[in-house]
Amino acid sequence: MTQTVVSVQLPVQESLEIQKNRITPAPERDSGKRICIITGVHGDELEGQYLAYRLNRTLAAHPELLTATVDIYPAINPLGINSITRGIPLFDLDMNRVFPGDPDGAMVEHVAYEVVEDIKGADIAIDVHASNIFLTELPQVRISEETAPRLVPLARELNIDFIWVHAAATVLESTLAHSLNSAGTDCLVVEMGVGMRLTRSYGDQLLDGILNLMRTQGMWLGETPAPRKPIIGRDEVAFLNAGAAGIFIPEVRHNHMVEKGQLLGVVADPLTGQDKELVTAPEAGLLFTLRDYPVVYPGSLLGRILTGGFER
Amino acid sequence: MKQETLFTLDTPYRQSLAVTGFRFGQGAKSCAIVGALRGNEVQQMYVCSQLVQALKKLEEQGAINSDREILVVPSVNHFSMNVGSRFWAMDNTDINRMFPGYDQGETTQRIADSLFKSVQDYEYGIHFASFYIPGDFVPHVRIMHTGYENASLANLFGLPYVVVRNPKPIDTTTLNYNWQIWGTNAFSVYTRETDAIDPTSAQMAVSAVLRFLSRVGVLHYQCHNGYMASTLQEEELANVLTTQGGLFHRLKGPGDVVEYGQPMGLVLDPLTGEEKEQILAPTSGTIFFAAKNPLITQHTIAFRVIRRMH
Repeated sequence: MTQTVVSVQLPVQESLEIQKNRITPAPERDSGKRICIITGVHGDELEGQYLAYRLNRTLAAHPELLTATVDIYPAINPLGINSITRGIPLFDLDMNRVFPGDPDGAMVEHVAYEVVEDIKGADIAIDVHASNIFLTELPQVRISEETAPRLVPLARELNIDFIWVHAAATVLESTLAHSLNSAGTDCLVVEMGVGMRLTRSYGDQLLDGILNLMRTQGMWLGETPAPRKPIIGRDEVAFLNAGAAGIFIPEVRHNHMVEKGQLLGVVADPLTGQDKELVTAPEAGLLFTLRDYPVVYPGSLLGRILTGGFER
Repeated sequence: MKQETLFTLDTPYRQSLAVTGFRFGQGAKSCAIVGALRGNEVQQMYVCSQLVQALKKLEEQGAINSDREILVVPSVNHFSMNVGSRFWAMDNTDINRMFPGYDQGETTQRIADSLFKSVQDYEYGIHFASFYIPGDFVPHVRIMHTGYENASLANLFGLPYVVVRNPKPIDTTTLNYNWQIWGTNAFSVYTRETDAIDPTSAQMAVSAVLRFLSRVGVLHYQCHNGYMASTLQEEELANVLTTQGGLFHRLKGPGDVVEYGQPMGLVLDPLTGEEKEQILAPTSGTIFFAAKNPLITQHTIAFRVIRRMH
């Protein structure tokens, strides 16, 4: 049953509405548990849309297997998705920097507050992001160090390739995930694919993972394939940032092992035909992030290599 | 006055971004002044340009004290300004959410790093800023409560108000916050406008900075004393939220005195002109902030009011 989580009047004949679809189990099978699948915080990240579609259909097709309430929030930032805007149109701040929100704050802070209030109390929340339009990401879960003991065991069930345990940063305290974890709802952040596109294989992979996680938590009675064993890395990540301006032409493919010193691509000048920078791997490892958008400035992220943490 | 290029950044398909600084006096790093970090901060750049004019004359008159150096950086983000974008045009990131920066990081982290290296280690730092909620303010000085702040120094600007903000996580990456953390007395000065020039409040800001610099012994500047500032905690301001969306008709503006229950604005039906809401003063006091956009969404902060103390 679709429900409106929060509604705010826009200036002219329209309201901003954040909606969810609540799927409930038959009363005799209800474990009393709840899981929330959230996506569309950033308007240019669409990978979660396909996942939401598939999950809705899977649950509708097999109500007899469901033993928990599932809330699916496909669009926390509907205006952004609608207008191909990463942030919220006419608002300065990244929506994932205003949580837990403020009931008496500006409109977006009010919306963020209502979203958190609606999700709070769930047993598990999964916040699905794509990368932005610039980068392609391997399906991964990102977890801050302080929540790792609670969240890594859950993330292992999600059928993803990589769990990135990263150091805490003050600025990240304003994310939806941090707010939910602080409120006692275990929240996993998934990053996968690329902005403004659907990568069906990744969506299918994560769907299997969510059903598997639900099965292990007593929320789903269906059989699920054994999940992939993810690599767990604790900030053993080498960042590749462009040193020159131009267009980036990769020489390698995403999700491949690379050797130290291997040529990964060039930053080229289309005007002169010159290679302005030869980009080589600073370390050996798994190229789990690769730039998708060609135009780069000095500093533009070209890729990331997982250099250690091969703990499966 | 010494004009110099503080740093450059190579860019694709356009000329390099060159950030220019103007130094006045010499010796101890006394005050760094930063203007536009965002592409629509025209007023902030304009205020700096007027400061450059004023400091140039004062320097020629020998009014800058010995062993005192002032650095003015009117614009950091003209690259976005020239293409009509508030944030970094490529990825829409905000340089003022990237401090202290990182020289090996993303583009705007590198810009923040280069700027921060140019403006840190000064005794005082002044940033002409704009707020994340669009609208008009009473001119004021804003400081962050970091444990290092000094509100009495902020009074020396002689602007009517000093606002102390308890930083939220998003504030920890601003220039103001990082200046303070790294030992500079940091102040953000807000005038009335951002993307339009308001000469009156710009002149007020120029005078306030010169007054401040005079009072802390950086230069000699004869002027009136300005205001005895009222210091406010930001959370003491009364937020007035709209309960309806529609056309916003402002009846009162920043600096206006209002009485409890007095109408400050209206929300009108955009198609029929019917009055949907009267926005009433929740307290007697002075309007500190007023929204400006003619279209307003429900649950928007339309006004912030300084409560009158009895």
